[in-house]
Amino acid sequence: MQQLDAPEHNYAGPEDTRASCIVFRDVGLIVQGGRAIVDQLSFDIKKGETLVLLGRSGSGKTTTLKLINRLIDLTSGSIVVDGKSTADWDQIRLRRHIGYVIQETGLFPHFTIERNVGLIPGLEGWPREKVTSRVRELLALVGLEPDDFMSRYPAQLSGGQRQRVGVARALAADPPIILMDEPFGALDPITRAELQREFARLANQLNKTIVFVTHDVREALILATRIGLFKDGRLVELATPRDFRQSPEPEAQAFLDSLEEPVR
Amino acid sequence: MKLIQQTIEFFIHNRHEVLSLTLQHLFLVAAGTGAACIAGIPIGVLLTRRPALSKPVLAIANILQTVPSLALFGFLIPILGKHGIGALPAIIALFLYSLLPIIRNTLAGINGVDPGVREAARGMGMTGWQMLTMVELPLSSSMILAGVRVATVISVGTATIAAAIGAGGLGIFIFRGLRMNDSVSILAGAIPAALMALAVDFGLGLIEKRLVTSRPAAPTKSKLVARIALAAAAVVFVAAFFFMHRTPSDRVVVGSKDFTEQVILGELLAQVIETRTGIPVERKFELSTDILHQAMLSGQVDVYPEYTGTAFTAILKHQPISGARDVYDVVKQEYESKFGIEWLEPFGFDSTFAILIRKGDAVRLNLTTISQAARYTPKWRAAFGPDFTKRQDGYRGLARMYGLRFIAPPNEMDLALTYRALAAGQVDLIAGNSTDGMIDKLDLFQLQDDRHYFPPYDAAPIVRKAVLDRHPEIATAINTLAGKLTDQEMRRLNYAVDGEHRQPADVARDFLSSLP
Repeated sequence: MQQLDAPEHNYAGPEDTRASCIVFRDVGLIVQGGRAIVDQLSFDIKKGETLVLLGRSGSGKTTTLKLINRLIDLTSGSIVVDGKSTADWDQIRLRRHIGYVIQETGLFPHFTIERNVGLIPGLEGWPREKVTSRVRELLALVGLEPDDFMSRYPAQLSGGQRQRVGVARALAADPPIILMDEPFGALDPITRAELQREFARLANQLNKTIVFVTHDVREALILATRIGLFKDGRLVELATPRDFRQSPEPEAQAFLDSLEEPVR
Repeated sequence: MKLIQQTIEFFIHNRHEVLSLTLQHLFLVAAGTGAACIAGIPIGVLLTRRPALSKPVLAIANILQTVPSLALFGFLIPILGKHGIGALPAIIALFLYSLLPIIRNTLAGINGVDPGVREAARGMGMTGWQMLTMVELPLSSSMILAGVRVATVISVGTATIAAAIGAGGLGIFIFRGLRMNDSVSILAGAIPAALMALAVDFGLGLIEKRLVTSRPAAPTKSKLVARIALAAAAVVFVAAFFFMHRTPSDRVVVGSKDFTEQVILGELLAQVIETRTGIPVERKFELSTDILHQAMLSGQVDVYPEYTGTAFTAILKHQPISGARDVYDVVKQEYESKFGIEWLEPFGFDSTFAILIRKGDAVRLNLTTISQAARYTPKWRAAFGPDFTKRQDGYRGLARMYGLRFIAPPNEMDLALTYRALAAGQVDLIAGNSTDGMIDKLDLFQLQDDRHYFPPYDAAPIVRKAVLDRHPEIATAINTLAGKLTDQEMRRLNYAVDGEHRQPADVARDFLSSLP
């Protein structure tokens, strides 16, 4: 796989010949009472790209994310992950095929960092030494000194450190796909910027297919290969960051305007 | 100060009984609460998976907990039949009472797990079982343990009532103390029970705290503490179990009702059988009439002292009649044909109901008969034991025959307490027992039953025929007591226990050795 230097320069456009990793076809979720949470979603996510789902609260972006690993089941259409419809995947196998990172990380407070990160490899039956060395490797990758952190508990870490552990945990069993639900949403701006930089570096290095949900347009522009913009449960724009800046779509403009609001 | 000293002496003198009753008590609590954990935690988990069920299930558990313990025991007796008395119904009752706190806390504990953690676990691809055992149960363990703690402390208290259905435990001391008006005995039951509750509360609280604080600290240590506690609990449980069940196989079970005279008679029967036949005897004392009768029918009790009048009206459900010999012949014949139970020779005394007032009132108002007292009762209060309140030959018939009325409907309370209430002036008339030692001790006066309302209550030992067929020598041994106990003699023996606080076993032994 090719190295990704800068996400913006890497995406080759709609005619890209790389295999589609995740395919949405006319996906909808109608809840009781007939309200559509998301509707008529049709788009492809390419192998190795970082697709950022951007939108306001309640726009359907997080729901869309959870449809992929079936934390929520769709009511119409289909999602194909690596050639197989999610309905045909064994639910547990599907989820272990996909790493998952959420805001506040959801680390298990009663497990050490080592157990948190090594959990899924352990459940997958990896030998213990292999799990340990994998944990060390991943902690080093996310910038945490393994010897210092392995035996600590989540409560003994700062928010930024916990988020790094959350990323390490999602990568543990080397899944080809990572879903990230506002992973940096709860961090202070400085830590957040720091993690965004490192994440961009990681995404280049790891060549994973990443679906990343945020409501922060700045974050989207920094991290995305492409940005998918959600409004009222529909995808209203799907473009590279460069094209996104020129988008005539009013919702895109609204987000871009917020970026340029003067501080004073 | 004197009470403290007496209590300490009691503990020293009766250390074996205190220990054995404490172990019995622990066994009941451990078995009941243990079973409730085994059932309650999975039920709690199920309710988190099927939230629709949680309302009805919690409602049922709630209702169960509001049923008074004596009533619950009462329900269990006919349901369990052959096992209706003893440890089993007590354990079932404690189990039912423990369910609510355990289910509720399991439910609350698991529902209280951070939704983010839960979502992360699901999103990572944990199976339902892995999520439960690796995430939800560990994170709610301190909450669940808090429920177990509440349940156990409640059980320690409730188990004292189990003595009423022959399950043993520290309640034996408490009931005995109430009956004998003996504060030392009450304390002898209450103090170990209270200490046990405190110890359980403290011990489980310690483990609970460990669980909460274990996360940043060394987890191995808390595991060690939990293991030690578990091991200790297991040892106590097993020890208590063996302690309770080391009874010889061929034995005679002697029962008695739950008042002093019956315990003395039970002791007399037990000792006479032991010394004259050498057959081992198991004592199941301090049970109610209904329970004893059930136990005789199911073969759990072989011998106990019964009264002709009680058998005639309360068991055989006949209308009350007079004439001592008639009643004895009728019950003897009917018990044999209906129940396979043999009435042996009467002890020689008539233990009838005695309508009692304070001697001071009797002298001041110049009262000797119930008819005379009926003129004053509209200004009096009355209290009766549960037996007298509900029986055919009890209060209702008496009131009708003598035209008795009181300020308020009579209070129903524990029989022993009515004596205290009368002596203390809280009530003015009670129905006691004509052979009761407390009549003299508390300076009470027995009104004459001038219209002969009460049927005769000749006391006699009754034995299951099956036992007599196997061991005919038992009848011979017991019949050495025939006619040996006059009214006066019985009152003296009762007073030795109630008034002088001597042990029924000792009083019985002295009496037997005084016989030629």
